[in-house]
Amino acid sequence: MTDGIPAAPGTDGWFREGPDGFALLAGRCTACGALSFPPRTVPGCPDPACEGAEQSPAPLSTTGTLWSYTDARYAPPPPYPRPPDTEFSPYALAAVELTTERMIVLGQVAPDVPAETLRVGMIMEVTPGTLVSSAGVEERVWNWRPAEPQDGLSTNDAEYSASSGEVQA
Amino acid sequence: MSRSDSVAVAGVGMHPWGAWGKPFVEYGMVAARAALADAGLGWRDVQLVVGGETIRNGYPGFVAGSALSQALGWHGAPVASCYAACATGAQAMATARAHILAGLADVVLVVGADTTPKGFFAPVGGDRPDDPDWLRFRLLGATNPAYFGLYARRRMALRGSTEADFAAVKVKNARAGSLNPNARFRAEVDAETVLNSPMVSDPLRLLQICATSDGGAAVVLTSEEYARRLNKDAVRIRAIAAPTPTYPRTVPDFPYLASDSMATAVPAARSFRESLAHTAYEAAGLAPEDVDVAEVYDLTTAMELDWYEEIGLCAPGEAEKLLHEGATALGGRVPVNPSGGLSSFGEAIPAQAIAQVCELTWQLRGDAGARQVHGARVGVAVNQGLFGHGSAIVVGRA
Repeated sequence: MTDGIPAAPGTDGWFREGPDGFALLAGRCTACGALSFPPRTVPGCPDPACEGAEQSPAPLSTTGTLWSYTDARYAPPPPYPRPPDTEFSPYALAAVELTTERMIVLGQVAPDVPAETLRVGMIMEVTPGTLVSSAGVEERVWNWRPAEPQDGLSTNDAEYSASSGEVQA
Repeated sequence: MSRSDSVAVAGVGMHPWGAWGKPFVEYGMVAARAALADAGLGWRDVQLVVGGETIRNGYPGFVAGSALSQALGWHGAPVASCYAACATGAQAMATARAHILAGLADVVLVVGADTTPKGFFAPVGGDRPDDPDWLRFRLLGATNPAYFGLYARRRMALRGSTEADFAAVKVKNARAGSLNPNARFRAEVDAETVLNSPMVSDPLRLLQICATSDGGAAVVLTSEEYARRLNKDAVRIRAIAAPTPTYPRTVPDFPYLASDSMATAVPAARSFRESLAHTAYEAAGLAPEDVDVAEVYDLTTAMELDWYEEIGLCAPGEAEKLLHEGATALGGRVPVNPSGGLSSFGEAIPAQAIAQVCELTWQLRGDAGARQVHGARVGVAVNQGLFGHGSAIVVGRA
């Protein structure tokens, strides 16, 4: 599914495309296994208990549960791109909790998914997304979208929070 | 730390918040002169100036202590300038306090002032793909209100909070702010107006998100002995806590694009935001039950409710109940944001934590006029900002 769109600025090594499917790439500490997303740009492990110095790329789970979401009704300031001769189009943001990694990753929601259809606890999957730069150039990013079908979706928020391992109970 | 570790708040002063468009130094000068007059001291009595930096006003903003000293007239006192996002003022006061407790200075002037552009805060200029603050805008368009929207929606899902609950916070704070001559927004609002204001980041509407403002605040901190000689020793800073988060962070706090993974490490029992006030309470030898009045960083109405729980005013999930009982309104059991809060002020970043201490000082001295919390003896101020910054300050009557 590689379509030759270059990675957005600053995101080299943040995701993979190709025959194994689109996935976000974390940095994994080679000593303790701690995951960082985005991958760290400085050496060392984020866990102060670990003296590991190296990290290797590790694909993250491609699905998770929707921890929260919001949308942007007003145009953000630069550096958010504003392609020439275009109107601002509102977009939604998702915070998705990856079950295995126990990590919450933000991303824009795919533009064809209305914010009104989102619900905390939904199963979301990562997909390739496209930003258009202020110069009008397409750039690859990641998007979140509701997974089909919604296997195991809890319709009860309390049940969801009980199962999500939320520390701020 | 014991009570002998306290320093005195000998004087406080502010320049009213607004959208004045003047140089930030002018707001700082007005606030500094007011605080010195309140303390009964002159500018040349100051032995150290600590300036809270502003990152949106060029070089003078980065050397705020110097810019202010030059404006008030050089007299040789050393300066320090610091930046800690929303906790800048707290870090500045912590620096002052440390100098006093170490015996390096008796009289320290702490000033924060800002001139703020209208609209969303944006990252500082230039293409910096290794800066999380740049990346979140460039890749996601994730403004501060977008993060606030995520946290507010999360609260609704976890706690069953409603938009009406959030609106009630605004109604409460606008009422308090209407009584505060230093507040920018002084009109009372009703819930219907809040709920009909434009949606910015679902579920947060314009009147539920704090504005960006100009303003300036200053405090004169002194040693206890010096304050006694001045007869200005009524209010003491009992603790300033500014811990950083511990790994792993459990929430995607701004400006980061993800939380830390909890797969390989166990989070602390307290969240970062919970740790702020509780660290300060422990340092002051106090408990949440001792708090008479609180100033909390209500970047949004929803966030004020989070703070009630995180600073221990009520159990998790009980914030809406506390609000609707009127406990946190003026006249209630433990008024929160009697100043009107950020809701009524808007945010002038380096001044805001100092302004919180100004309000608590007026409250503890009985000088808060129409918004007085009667008999207040212990106050707490908390805030949280970008890049792992946050603080809590406990202030008490001598």
